[in-house]
Amino acid sequence: MIQSADTRALSTLNAGESCWVAAIELNGLLRRRILDMGMVPGTAVECVRRSPAGDPIAFKVRDSIIALRHDDASNIKVHIANKF
Amino acid sequence: MNSTSESHQQMLSRHFGITPAANQFVVALAGNPNVGKSTVFNALTGLRQHTGNWPGKTVDNAQGTFTYQDQSFLLVDLPGTYSILAHSVEEQVARDFICFGRPDVTLVVLDATCLERNLNLALQVMEITPNIVVCVNLMDEARKKNIQVDIKALEQELGVPVVATAARSHEGLEELQAVLYQVAKRNLQPRPKRLVYSPEVEAAVEQLLPKINRLIDHKLDPRWVALRLLDGDQNFIDTISVHLELNPLQITKEAAV
Ligand SMILES: Nc1nc2c(ncn2[C@@H]2O[C@H](COP(=O)(O)OP(=O)(O)OP(=O)(O)O)[C@@H](O)[C@H]2O)c(=O)[nH]1
Ligand SMILES: [Mg+2]
Repeated sequence: MIQSADTRALSTLNAGESCWVAAIELNGLLRRRILDMGMVPGTAVECVRRSPAGDPIAFKVRDSIIALRHDDASNIKVHIANKF
Repeated sequence: MNSTSESHQQMLSRHFGITPAANQFVVALAGNPNVGKSTVFNALTGLRQHTGNWPGKTVDNAQGTFTYQDQSFLLVDLPGTYSILAHSVEEQVARDFICFGRPDVTLVVLDATCLERNLNLALQVMEITPNIVVCVNLMDEARKKNIQVDIKALEQELGVPVVATAARSHEGLEELQAVLYQVAKRNLQPRPKRLVYSPEVEAAVEQLLPKINRLIDHKLDPRWVALRLLDGDQNFIDTISVHLELNPLQITKEAAV
């Protein structure tokens, strides 16, 4: 089972790092949007680019690239892929 | 037969600007952006189509007709969306038509090269209506990329008819028409597999069902309405009251009892 102890915020990933989604700690329509993009617990996500200011951040999810605001990405908890 | 009773006809015309002829089946075309909905639409309807806007919205509305085995169909092309739950204008148009327009069949077009993402919408539609046909389009592109789609397995997993097409080259469109005909006539009754949620959610749905049944009087799928209420989907609660002429407070209150 996945332990919540070793999770990090999605917003902390560097470009090139991969992770698995652990929990989406967002509500309402934003949560819905994230789920509709196929980002559900267990999904593999890669950080592909960070803008110089760190906002927004580009991620690759199920073969599509999506951009998330830093604040929103900080509410998505992930496991770093190379730990598995 | 189809559901074109007089009041349903009036509702289609008033809320959706759609006026099917008597005995004409209405088919809604849904799908993610760029999966080939309009290509399917054009291939089936040819020049028998006209475009306008959805009433009160700046979203394109294309309607066209085709005839199969002497049965006339009115095809309605919905805007391309990834979901029908997140409330962009396009998503609301698609949701409201599938939900309140109650087409005889909803055809969900999927991109064979990225099924995983596309199936989200198909699953959402399956919660609203059992009268659904899935079309896996862009099969030629999938072949080029060496992607194989097991149509029979998909059909079993979903519990609804699935047809493979390459609409640009008219591949599979005959079969698609045949399946639409069978489902519209109710000779073929899809049994969409139900998504089962966590025990807590399922228990809450159970609790809501009797009250919802009383309110909506078989006009909508009660389980789907319960899930939207539990989602706190205020936009849907407001819309449902317009379409079913209910008081939104009444819905929330009944649900809260
Ligand atoms: N190779 C191939 N291309 C297709 C097929 N179906 C559609 N296309 C092409 O895919 C592109 C998008 O098709 P549309 O029919 O406009 O897609 P749509 O779903 O209506 O798009 P939106 O309305 O923008 O959501 C067009 O360039 C079509 O020619 C197909 O089966 N095979
Ligand atoms: Mg189109």
